[in-house]
Amino acid sequence: MWKFLLPFAAFVALAVLFAFGLNPNRDIHALPSPLIGKPAPSFTLTDVLDPARPVSNAALKGQVYVLNVWATWCVPCREEQEALLAISQKHIVPIIGLNWKDQRERAKQWLQRYGNPYQAVAFDGDGRTAIEWGVYGAPETYLVDQHGQVIFKFISPMTQEVWEREFLPRIAAARRGGV
Amino acid sequence: MNGPSRCLSVNRGVLAIVLAAIAAAGLCSTVAAAPTVDAHGQLTDPALQTRFERITGELRCLVCQNESIADSNADLAVDLREQVREMLAAGKSDDAIFTFMTDRYGEFVRFRPPLEPKTLLIWGAPFLMLLLGGFIVFRVVRQRSRMPLDDGPAIGP
Repeated sequence: MWKFLLPFAAFVALAVLFAFGLNPNRDIHALPSPLIGKPAPSFTLTDVLDPARPVSNAALKGQVYVLNVWATWCVPCREEQEALLAISQKHIVPIIGLNWKDQRERAKQWLQRYGNPYQAVAFDGDGRTAIEWGVYGAPETYLVDQHGQVIFKFISPMTQEVWEREFLPRIAAARRGGV
Repeated sequence: MNGPSRCLSVNRGVLAIVLAAIAAAGLCSTVAAAPTVDAHGQLTDPALQTRFERITGELRCLVCQNESIADSNADLAVDLREQVREMLAAGKSDDAIFTFMTDRYGEFVRFRPPLEPKTLLIWGAPFLMLLLGGFIVFRVVRQRSRMPLDDGPAIGP
């Protein structure tokens, strides 16, 4: 009996392991953010488009907002631009950009060329704010609720489908839950 | 940290003290931070440099996940090394630095996760494997020792 059962059990265990490990839809680089459920790190930076204009997330307290980390050197960021533009035109939540380790001029040109979905774009030239947020690649998109808590982090380019599946329900739930 | 006190001792005379007081907040912070790192980017205090090397060697670079931030040339690793260097220079403890990193990037950044209930399986797995292997060897040896010795072809005459 054991002679048959043991190899069979080993086979099942390996099959389950491989089904999980070799799943092509699983992004092996996506890590759970320890920031979920924690207060969003505060930042006060300047706007990419206007170095004299401060951008701070303290001003957004009381509303649900999205923080999108991007850079001109980030090729996949170009991919999500259209989706972000379409999303921003619906005015559901403010989208704040965090321009990560970039150059102001390049970022400006990019926004002029491809369109600007952001209410404001904070310029994080030295990457310090990104470290506070636990950013380890771009694009990354965070959802922060009206209490200033991070409720979701999405790693990969934003798409309309991801927005509808992952973000809209969470935004609705956050709004139902609070205020 | 001997930074701020050095700022004052260098500047002698009343005027200098007044100037130093005015500049204290802005200047001392930059002057105090500068000499902790030499031209090669190494911390001038060898004890700090040793700790720096150990800590960065135990932190995973999240861009290239099998390298430590000490080994990686990724931009993020460079930034995080700088962060560690500054925290060491500011007198932060090793624990404070690891906590800073795990608060932001999760437990995954540590190559050597702390022993706690949820990491018990990771730390216990080698011992479990050893026990399992030992058990199998024990079973096989016992089974063979029970076999009659003369089950092979007879050797003797």
